[in-house]
Amino acid sequence: MATAEKFVGGGVPRKEDPKLVTGQATFVESITLPDMLHVAVARSPFGSAQINNVDLSAARTAPGVVATFSGEDLADEWAAGLPMAWPVTEDIRIPDHWPVTKDVARYVGDAVAVVVATSPSAAKDAVELIEVDYEVQTAVVDIPSALADDAPRVHESMESNECYTWTHANGDIDAAFAKADIVITENYVQPRLIPSAMEPRAVVVQPVPAAGDFTVWSTTQIPHVAKVLFSLTLGIPEAQMRVIAPDVGGGFGSKLNVYAEEVLCIALARRLGKPMKWVADRSEGYLATIHGRDQLQEIELAATSDGTILGYRVKLLANMGAYLQLVAPGVPLLGGFLYCGTYGGEAYHFECTGVFTNTTPVDAYRGAGRPEATYAIERAIEALALEVGVDAVEIRKRNFLPAGENVPSPAGLAFDSTNYEENLDKALEVLDYEATKAEQADRLSQGSTKLLGIGFSTYVEMCGLAPSQVLASLNYGAGGWDAATVRMLPTGQAEVVTGSSPHGQGHVTSWSQIAADALGIDYQDVTVLHGDTHVAPHGMNTYGSRSLSVAGVAVNQACNRVVDKAKTLAAHVLEVSPDDLEFEDGKFSVKGVPDRVQSIQEMAYAAWTAHNLPEGTEPGLEAHCVFDPPNFTFPFGSHVCVVEVDTETGAVELLRYVAVDDCGTIINPVIVEGQVHGGIVQGVAAALFEEATYAEDGTLETSSMINYLVPSAAEFPSFELDRTVTPSTSNPMGVKGIGEAGTIGSTPAVINAIVNALGHLGITDIAMPAKPERVWQAIQDANGDAS
Amino acid sequence: MIPAKFDYERPSSLSEAISLLSSGGPDARPIAGGHSLLPLMRLRLSRPTLLVDIGGLSDLRYVREDGDHLAIGALATHDDLARSAELLDRCALIPCVAEQIGDPQVRHRGTIGGSVAHADPASDLPAALMVLDAEIIAHGSNGPRTVLATDFFQGPFMSALEPDEILTEIRVPARDGWGSSYQKFQRRAQDWAIVGVTALIESGDGITGAAIGLTNMGGTPLRATAVEQALVGSSDPDGVAAAAAKVAEIGTPPADENASSEYRLHLAEVLIKRAVAEALS
Repeated sequence: MATAEKFVGGGVPRKEDPKLVTGQATFVESITLPDMLHVAVARSPFGSAQINNVDLSAARTAPGVVATFSGEDLADEWAAGLPMAWPVTEDIRIPDHWPVTKDVARYVGDAVAVVVATSPSAAKDAVELIEVDYEVQTAVVDIPSALADDAPRVHESMESNECYTWTHANGDIDAAFAKADIVITENYVQPRLIPSAMEPRAVVVQPVPAAGDFTVWSTTQIPHVAKVLFSLTLGIPEAQMRVIAPDVGGGFGSKLNVYAEEVLCIALARRLGKPMKWVADRSEGYLATIHGRDQLQEIELAATSDGTILGYRVKLLANMGAYLQLVAPGVPLLGGFLYCGTYGGEAYHFECTGVFTNTTPVDAYRGAGRPEATYAIERAIEALALEVGVDAVEIRKRNFLPAGENVPSPAGLAFDSTNYEENLDKALEVLDYEATKAEQADRLSQGSTKLLGIGFSTYVEMCGLAPSQVLASLNYGAGGWDAATVRMLPTGQAEVVTGSSPHGQGHVTSWSQIAADALGIDYQDVTVLHGDTHVAPHGMNTYGSRSLSVAGVAVNQACNRVVDKAKTLAAHVLEVSPDDLEFEDGKFSVKGVPDRVQSIQEMAYAAWTAHNLPEGTEPGLEAHCVFDPPNFTFPFGSHVCVVEVDTETGAVELLRYVAVDDCGTIINPVIVEGQVHGGIVQGVAAALFEEATYAEDGTLETSSMINYLVPSAAEFPSFELDRTVTPSTSNPMGVKGIGEAGTIGSTPAVINAIVNALGHLGITDIAMPAKPERVWQAIQDANGDAS
Repeated sequence: MIPAKFDYERPSSLSEAISLLSSGGPDARPIAGGHSLLPLMRLRLSRPTLLVDIGGLSDLRYVREDGDHLAIGALATHDDLARSAELLDRCALIPCVAEQIGDPQVRHRGTIGGSVAHADPASDLPAALMVLDAEIIAHGSNGPRTVLATDFFQGPFMSALEPDEILTEIRVPARDGWGSSYQKFQRRAQDWAIVGVTALIESGDGITGAAIGLTNMGGTPLRATAVEQALVGSSDPDGVAAAAAKVAEIGTPPADENASSEYRLHLAEVLIKRAVAEALS
């Protein structure tokens, strides 16, 4: 089926952009329906409180208010609580999680009552009139206090705040440590982060009471999964539920969930028979949308005296927040196979305990477990380098897994494609490592107060979820396949229906490129339909850098099936055997007789008229494909960061950022670079800027962008990007995910660079985020120690 | 981000604005660019019952020379200040500070009158007005009056303005030949200063005149008078460093999530040295 690649690999402009940059996109917030009512949620201001009474009388009579409900009032609406789809162990503790809590508020932001009104402002104003009689209890907001012997329990029915403990082992870990010359033990804190998608969450529900149907527009990454779970939560037959993700303005995992407000709006639409709308503002989103990270890590490396790693032992404590959101328990597991990074070894042992606290639930945030794992190993290997007395590059090269295909990792996975040393060498070349080191040494010897640091991170990640059977072994509640339908329209254009639901990734452009090349048509002649369960009934949606390597491959394979059928039609018209035809540039020609030609567009018309089809052939030119890959994909790369540390103030400035990523075959280099840029920014943000903090009583201190520091372009240099291309063996296109790679690779590179800049003072660690005072204090302490 | 309910008026004259404010009671507030008040309203931290939008009073938007002073209308935007030829020529400190406020969007909407009247101790311009010995002119139902910048700022978000008064003009003396610098320390480009240092330095044979302002080092913008006195007569970096150390005499600065008191004081000392060096260069 070889056909020239005209569009794949080219940086064609994104088809999505004209409507986005001219304000013609349809976001959930912009949807208005006749008779629509507006929903506002009253939320607990306390981290832990008994609810003695909810007095709705003043709110109910406020101007514009149609109805008010407490959690108790809505109790009969739910066929089940909010779903959690990844019970990682058999004995995991799963708390009840009601969309509006009934008797206990377990975090600041827990929904306690709801107002339905004729305008958003009337609803908000009425929320202020709700009087809740709270009996405030002691909150536990961090992991150590939640695990203390006498800790108050987040869920009173449980014996402790431990949610589950999951272990994964490969090889003989005790033997590896027994024969080690060097044991490195490091402890790291992964601060809690808040996903800050540009578009806050929103939901609109349209009921058709006479038919019992519901249409839900939601800012979701997962319309198909949500449809099933809405149905189960509300007891509404799945066939009567239609979920639409229109234009969605970013997610980063925060919209990979089923949220209280979504099912609440459906329940209220059912109860009141009117369309409902709820729109979060930024601060409400910070309370009521999942957070990310928040883990305590202990990593131990067993190594020989020359720094060859023998074994990895990891103990992880992961904050789950107050309840279990959709895939929360599984997030640490996604990192649980990657604490060996790009390196070899004979044994691996990982143990993770999930912990409940009185905080906003934690779930998948861009990278989900893998940034944390990468941070730990990429920081720990620097500690090993110091112990052995070798350079950061040398320690990595001594331990890299060999280049190859399906290479076994110490954790027991098979990495589809490895080529780590060549990739790192390319980064060193872009950086000019020797010259940068020379400048660093010059500044130090001249007593400069602006010191340079060079930090490395050579990451591998596991993405493209993926083999349904492997997910089954991890007790994940869904498959890892995705679907595509490709149909030729009678006028010669193609419609691609995809099960992956974009929210900024550029699926429409990339899928158009894939289909255009496979079908031999222009990419402007491809339309991509997505995000509506009535239009695209089959899909597993968009998360975990899976779209291209699963759904994109399905598009490619469905196109191939279309071409196969078109070939039989062309053979019929041309009165030859299909084997006598070759296909190039959208044209079927008889081998050796190039003027005997039928185009795929002509075959689309012929299939539509059905006037002259081969015996037994159905009309229409359309094919469906569901692709379930045999393995994850394992993109990798080398990130090198050069920072300038102002030793007088502790300020850290990024001077250079070099990223050489390997995501296999590239469909659109501009989209890949955009993903890498955004990923780096989010990873650097964790290293330098962002940290969600709670007061002891459970108040989220960083409740807006005033003090939750999302960086802007002004904080970054121009990134220097390059790539190696090592095709994946997990799919026929050789593609690997790139959506999370930047976030996974970048964080440790920054911290390694700061530590590198200050290493001469004996500084070996800086906690994240490396805010100026923290860096300055470390310098003061080191100077104090030295004097 | 929906504010509490409020009424809105857009007067066409200053006198109409003043009478709307005085009849509107204590919770009536004037608004111009809205870049301080609107965010607070959207968070419902501020709940004015009446907004008097003075944004249409275009005769309050000017920068002009007035003998040995420069007169700045309250509605001059930060961007106006950053680009003003008169200021760049005769009082370069103001543009130097104004161009570091927020981001371009903020600088095109935010006004000097609004920023000063808001009296946020972390705002950039107030400390500059302190070191310039600016005069602040306000109009109320009893007519105009002039308040010195040093008397104007009374505490965090508290000024000498009466509820029915509108800040109309700021007068600063020309500082021909003085060097200036604003050293703003923040974590992100668009953030408020964790610490800001404003320096106005006159030099000949050594430093002959010095005014040092401090942003976000107390409940109001401050003058570092001990530093100023020590700077005059010093001529080398060691002298400047010794003078900068006297910033400790302001007492204990505030502590918050970005900086402890100790660190804030240290930053001020470092930034004073940098500001003086830049003002001298």
